[in-house]
Amino acid sequence: MLKMPAPDALVLGRREEIVAALRAIVPGEGVIAQAAALRPYESDGLTAYRQPPMVVVLPETVAQVSAILSWCHAQGVKVVPRGAGTSLSGGALPLADAVLMGMGKFNRVVEVDYNNRLAIVQPGVTNLAITRAVEERGFYYAPDPSSQIACTIGGNVAENSGGVHCLKYGLTTNNVLGIEMVTMAGEVLRLGGRHLDPAGLDLLGVMVGSEGLLGIVTEVTVRILPRSETARAMLVGFPSVESAGQCVADIIAEGIIPAGMEMMDRPAIHAAEAFVKVGYPLDVEALLIVELDGPAAECDHLIEEIARISGLNGAMTSRISTSEEERAAFWAGRKAAFPAVGRLSPDYYCMDGTIPRRRLPEVLRRMAELSEQHGLGVANVFHAGDGNLHPLILYDANKPGELERAEEFGNDILRLCVEVGGVLTGEHGVGVEKRDLMPEMFSQTDLDHQQRIKCAFDPELLLNPGKVFPTLHRCAELGRMHVHRGEVPFPELPRF
Amino acid sequence: MHHQPTSADDLAAIITDAAARGARCEIRGGGSKAGMGAPRDAEVIDMRGFTGVVDYDPPELVLTVRAGTPLAEVQRLIAGEGQMLAFEPFDHGPLLGGELGQATIGGVVAAGVAGPQRLTMGGARDHLLGVTAVSGRGERFVAGAKVVKNVTGYDLPKLMANNWGRLAAMTELTLKVLPRPRATSTMVLEGLDHIAAVRAMACAMGSHAEIGAAAHLPGAEGRRALTLLRVQGFAPSVTARCAILPDLLRDHGAARLLPEEKAAALWDAVRDVTPLADAPTLWRISLPPFSTPALLDRFALLGARWLLDWAGGLVWLAHDGDATEIRSAAAMAGGHAMLIRAPEPIRAAIPMQHPRQSGVAALEARVRRSFDPAGVFETGRFLDMPHAD
Ligand SMILES: Cc1cc2nc3c(=O)[nH]c(=O)nc-3n(C[C@H](O)[C@H](O)[C@H](O)COP(=O)(O)OP(=O)(O)OC[C@H]3O[C@@H](n4cnc5c(N)ncnc54)[C@H](O)[C@@H]3O)c2cc1C
Repeated sequence: MLKMPAPDALVLGRREEIVAALRAIVPGEGVIAQAAALRPYESDGLTAYRQPPMVVVLPETVAQVSAILSWCHAQGVKVVPRGAGTSLSGGALPLADAVLMGMGKFNRVVEVDYNNRLAIVQPGVTNLAITRAVEERGFYYAPDPSSQIACTIGGNVAENSGGVHCLKYGLTTNNVLGIEMVTMAGEVLRLGGRHLDPAGLDLLGVMVGSEGLLGIVTEVTVRILPRSETARAMLVGFPSVESAGQCVADIIAEGIIPAGMEMMDRPAIHAAEAFVKVGYPLDVEALLIVELDGPAAECDHLIEEIARISGLNGAMTSRISTSEEERAAFWAGRKAAFPAVGRLSPDYYCMDGTIPRRRLPEVLRRMAELSEQHGLGVANVFHAGDGNLHPLILYDANKPGELERAEEFGNDILRLCVEVGGVLTGEHGVGVEKRDLMPEMFSQTDLDHQQRIKCAFDPELLLNPGKVFPTLHRCAELGRMHVHRGEVPFPELPRF
Repeated sequence: MHHQPTSADDLAAIITDAAARGARCEIRGGGSKAGMGAPRDAEVIDMRGFTGVVDYDPPELVLTVRAGTPLAEVQRLIAGEGQMLAFEPFDHGPLLGGELGQATIGGVVAAGVAGPQRLTMGGARDHLLGVTAVSGRGERFVAGAKVVKNVTGYDLPKLMANNWGRLAAMTELTLKVLPRPRATSTMVLEGLDHIAAVRAMACAMGSHAEIGAAAHLPGAEGRRALTLLRVQGFAPSVTARCAILPDLLRDHGAARLLPEEKAAALWDAVRDVTPLADAPTLWRISLPPFSTPALLDRFALLGARWLLDWAGGLVWLAHDGDATEIRSAAAMAGGHAMLIRAPEPIRAAIPMQHPRQSGVAALEARVRRSFDPAGVFETGRFLDMPHAD
């Protein structure tokens, strides 16, 4: 079972004082301290873990964020940032002795700059709201996590979120130009801006995907793109996962990077079809949804190419969307895959490993063996173009021991991903969920090099502790260096 | 001293020993950019002992290669598979008075080198998936991974790209490679000034033409100004997208198709900055495209020359005037100015990279110390150490 850092009794004992200090900074309803009102914050999208926070604060201005953090910093109080709470890895899981800082009130689109093709938004703006703010002029924000109606851009930055279109258009990190952030010490910094490639070390690149451990993001500048003239989708069924996988490889080998390329296995196809009834073929072992976008001439050309390539790979069925409604219908099953699978079983657990695509048949075969071994079903949907798997493990939390078994099964799947040359997480983040698996992928030296970044940003380890890293080393310990004959080399260099 | 390690163990031993001796080391690939930054007197760690391809599987879109492999060799290899490095790295050798062909893959990534396509396809940072390196602590570590999609742990490859040898010596890089476009066409508008050019490029960039690269070469003796718009992809798509441009841009001028060879030569010139090859002092200013006209107005009066890339978001400025004025103009425009080439006395006084906001500079210094506590890689090249002389 997951172990979080033990709550500091001293801090717990000072709760009233802490609440009062926060109220002095954020007046009125911006501080939530009553037990019942804390309940909605006790977990994020990884609902297996729950912990009410000590107190919730909902700042509205950068000055408040800075004041809260510098007070907490001075007092040694921990802080956990939260956006919409849709994280699937427990990144926003509260701590009993920490302030939960909700960024929901930072919900303004600050500026749309069409000339420079960018939008400046506050972190609590939802992913979809950015597109809504720029679509009147035919633009959109490309990364599109399935949770886009709910999740915030601040959370997207923290998790480096992706979506079904990120093979062609990139993850969050490839679409963010700049941020404003506040360090745990309360210092307001700007990284990047309205231009490409800021000067110096790419600290912006490290902030994206840092899971709320390095700073609170208070403003985000994103690139916006003109929406493609047309988009069409194909639905192609295959007799085996191998043939579908080979088809994906052949499409890419032909120089085609589709806007989206998703695969579903038999259990996922059946679950989705039973749920949304959009006419998915039920006699196939694997289904590919391929989306093409661009001018009509390009879509036509590529559809022909892909039809040819899938034919060569033994495709059993192939449909091409002829209208927007039909395209939406092709996607409907995939987009509803999680709730559809949810109907098969009281609970499901969504995994997120990435593998080299060529290992797919082997990974699915071994996953089936693991499924047998753990006595739990699994359905697979995945971002086929980039090898990002989302196995959905079916279990019943009310049956004693099943949650633990589901977690063990999930861990085995992730170990398998790493074993074949892949990674623990492709887009959902490490959070608390995969924290203890980090040594599967990284040596202690690798992890130390990462953790020292944390020390450069937050040497007291007060921001979102207990996430991402399996062991919390004190920074002094990590910073230790070899001293030769009692002399510190370069005494003139500042030490931090 | 000139070190030539051929294994990560060698490299680690050299760095550990340098730290113990209090020596400072410059990590060097082909040395094509050695002429950038302040003159310095450091030991050199020559990375050209790390060569060769470790793994290349074209349909996976992933290439793992040792850092000292010549850029030209990497590009030849992947071009043979119909693929490319989409950030369009180029060799700085000729620009800095050296020879062509010295640049290494590790060097271009460590310097964040990217060409015209950076505008739409991302920079070196966006294509570096994984790294094996030896940090200033003399420790070998791995960052990132060998798959195209990964968010496990901090994104250290971002830090490694563009680190200029200040954090770690990279021995092996895993890069994302992409299919090379099957067809490329370039449309041109002639005779625009910089203001009109930036507007025309913005108009094209905001359209369905899906422009891949956009640049502007001001008029010179015997040649009118050229505004170039590159359209790439599958042939039917390229034809369709080029076809919409004349009408779309009619308020800006008459867009016409450039003959392929001529276009390729012009894009090479933009990428390699050859029109400004004779200028003693050369700046590279990255800024929001719409801030470019005002910036150029100011330096036009002072006789500066330039060319524009990235739809106007990158200004290559040849100007011998006051560096402080250039830096403040770049900052006011919302961007930053990097000193690419200048006579030695100027490089000795003016930092190559644009100075950062003090809080950011302090944070960067803490990050550098975390990788390199002893300051082995603080050679003085960047003139940004508070106590360095
Ligand atoms: C049904 C469903 C589908 C999903 N589909 C996808 C998908 O397709 N692709 C994908 O990538 N993810 C997906 N997710 C995961 C999740 O939506 C993303 O990780 C999202 O980015 C989280 O945003 P949030 O606002 O909910 O952040 P939260 O869950 O509140 O927080 C996530 C992390 O960000 C930190 N954080 C939040 N705001 C800030 C801030 N302002 N400054 C600093 N740190 C901050 C938190 O501390 C936490 O570590 C899905 C989730 C669900 C429930």
